[in-house]
Amino acid sequence: MFSGIQTTFYYDVSGGKVMGKSICRLSILILVSLLSFSASAEKNLSGVWVGNYSEDYPDRLPGPELGDYGGLPISDAVRMRAESWSASLIALPEYQCRVHPSDYASSFANIRIWEERDPISEELVAIRIQHFAWQTRRTIWMDGREHPPEYARHTSMGFSTGEWVGHQLKIKTTHLKEGWLRRNGVTRSDQATVTEYFIRHGDILTWTVIIDDPVYLEEPFIRNRDYIYSIDDQVASYPCDPVIEMVREPGYIPHHLPGENTDMLIYSQRHDIPLEGAMGGPMTMYPEYMERLEELPKPSELDDEE
Amino acid sequence: MKKLIVLCCLFISPMLFAQQNFDEVEIQTLKVRDNIFMLVGSGGNITVQTGNEGVLIIDTQYAELSEKILSAIRKLSDKPIRHIINTHHHGDHIGGNANLRAAGFTPVGGNVGGDLSDAGEGARILAHENVLLNLVSDENVDPEMWPTLTYFNEKKDFWFNDEGIRVIHQPNAHTNGDSIVFFRKSDVITTGDAYITSYYPYIDMSSGGSIQGFIDAANNIIDLIIPVYGQDGGTLVIPGHGRLSDIGDVINWREMLTIVRDRIKDLKDKGMSLEEVLAAEPTRDYDPRWAGQGIFSTENFVTSVYMTLED
Repeated sequence: MFSGIQTTFYYDVSGGKVMGKSICRLSILILVSLLSFSASAEKNLSGVWVGNYSEDYPDRLPGPELGDYGGLPISDAVRMRAESWSASLIALPEYQCRVHPSDYASSFANIRIWEERDPISEELVAIRIQHFAWQTRRTIWMDGREHPPEYARHTSMGFSTGEWVGHQLKIKTTHLKEGWLRRNGVTRSDQATVTEYFIRHGDILTWTVIIDDPVYLEEPFIRNRDYIYSIDDQVASYPCDPVIEMVREPGYIPHHLPGENTDMLIYSQRHDIPLEGAMGGPMTMYPEYMERLEELPKPSELDDEE
Repeated sequence: MKKLIVLCCLFISPMLFAQQNFDEVEIQTLKVRDNIFMLVGSGGNITVQTGNEGVLIIDTQYAELSEKILSAIRKLSDKPIRHIINTHHHGDHIGGNANLRAAGFTPVGGNVGGDLSDAGEGARILAHENVLLNLVSDENVDPEMWPTLTYFNEKKDFWFNDEGIRVIHQPNAHTNGDSIVFFRKSDVITTGDAYITSYYPYIDMSSGGSIQGFIDAANNIIDLIIPVYGQDGGTLVIPGHGRLSDIGDVINWREMLTIVRDRIKDLKDKGMSLEEVLAAEPTRDYDPRWAGQGIFSTENFVTSVYMTLED
């Protein structure tokens, strides 16, 4: 809307010979005002954006392999939780329609972004994002409101506030329910604070998420995803209706007892990667770790020794 | 000796909860539904239901906070307090019983009640029978704090402020007298300490609490909940301590309780002593999130799970 007005003024100013002097001055004043509003940072992120799946593909649509925690700055405690996790958990009716949390959901398929503006002042009140995955919608409040107290409800989308930092949309999210860093049992706690940046470069949108989890992460975890602007796509619906897939004892929770989960070895063995590297931890995030990885015995070498 | 100390910590009087400075405590109010509110101060969360018939409150925190609590309630309704429900007998949930009861009244009449001169004085205090028995057996408890009406079977139903209210006994979870309260029209459940979001559960073994009772309570709460699509909302849950919840939080809580029970049971079945189980750190993955101090510590939790496991 503003860009349309802006263009009109450019046209008027450049054709100012036919305009009165005072009108011309007024036009310049308004133009400067509009330009300064535009230059104040706000970018228009609205539209449908299609995910670029060439980045981290195996971790996204197919899903991570069992026992692949490499590159995650996780603590020993959450590694134990991951060891305990069984994929059968998501067969339970109350788990079937659990949605991906907001710090994870944007990894899947298309997203739609739109703005909510005050109808009188045109001030930006909120930015809304809809994910393809489970059709979740989140709100990023842009009106300067405070985050709610700790005793308020936590949700899968959390409570988000945003501000423009240059041309980047910076988002702070709190009040998240417990979620996951990878959907193979690596938990992100409900105490996490998430900082995100949405950066638009023409028809490319980059989403950077930085997760600070005092419970389960030893360093912040950073993830990037890129999207391409689309005029041909929409965000499909995503109905979910839980059903009983298997009759089990009420309250049954599938899990592995400590030391009994052989699935933990699958990723390491399949790709012949030293188990230490597959188990993750802060050191596995950094390039220098490649040198250590070369020194560690591979599963195939251990098999040979046996 | 270590075991003895742990046991002493576990068997404590409910009134020992009430030893802190309340001067700086503020009562915060969170709207849950149109006429249901959660009051947060010090001690257990308070549920307030308002309507034309009066005010219903669940739990009363500490006596020292009653004035502030009453002030917070008066901002929500000027109607009299008619019903107080106690979810269990601990001091951080019943400490204000006498003061808040005195601020209300109970309608009386008929061919017997009307003849009792003090029958209408104060609001009704409803609890499971075991709450009364636990309080009566503690000489430190003022009789004015005792429930005035008890139930001894599975549930107690009544209608108040245009909705059905079901008080459900949850046997041997936090204590032997736990009640959870279901507001059927508002679609809100108040759990007492049978479900909390702050720390590991405190299993009050001296009052009949058990790990299996906690798990049963979680399953029963989940059974009452109908979530909205996406599970962010639907039936809302007011915990004994901590934040307002919905099904996702209760599921995580149940998952933690069940997995810890299974791990400790496995170790106990292998013949390990309590000391050996503690040394095995069966809750190492949950500790960063759930471990607290004192009665909420890892040591107390693991010990009480170990000791209340069914053979």
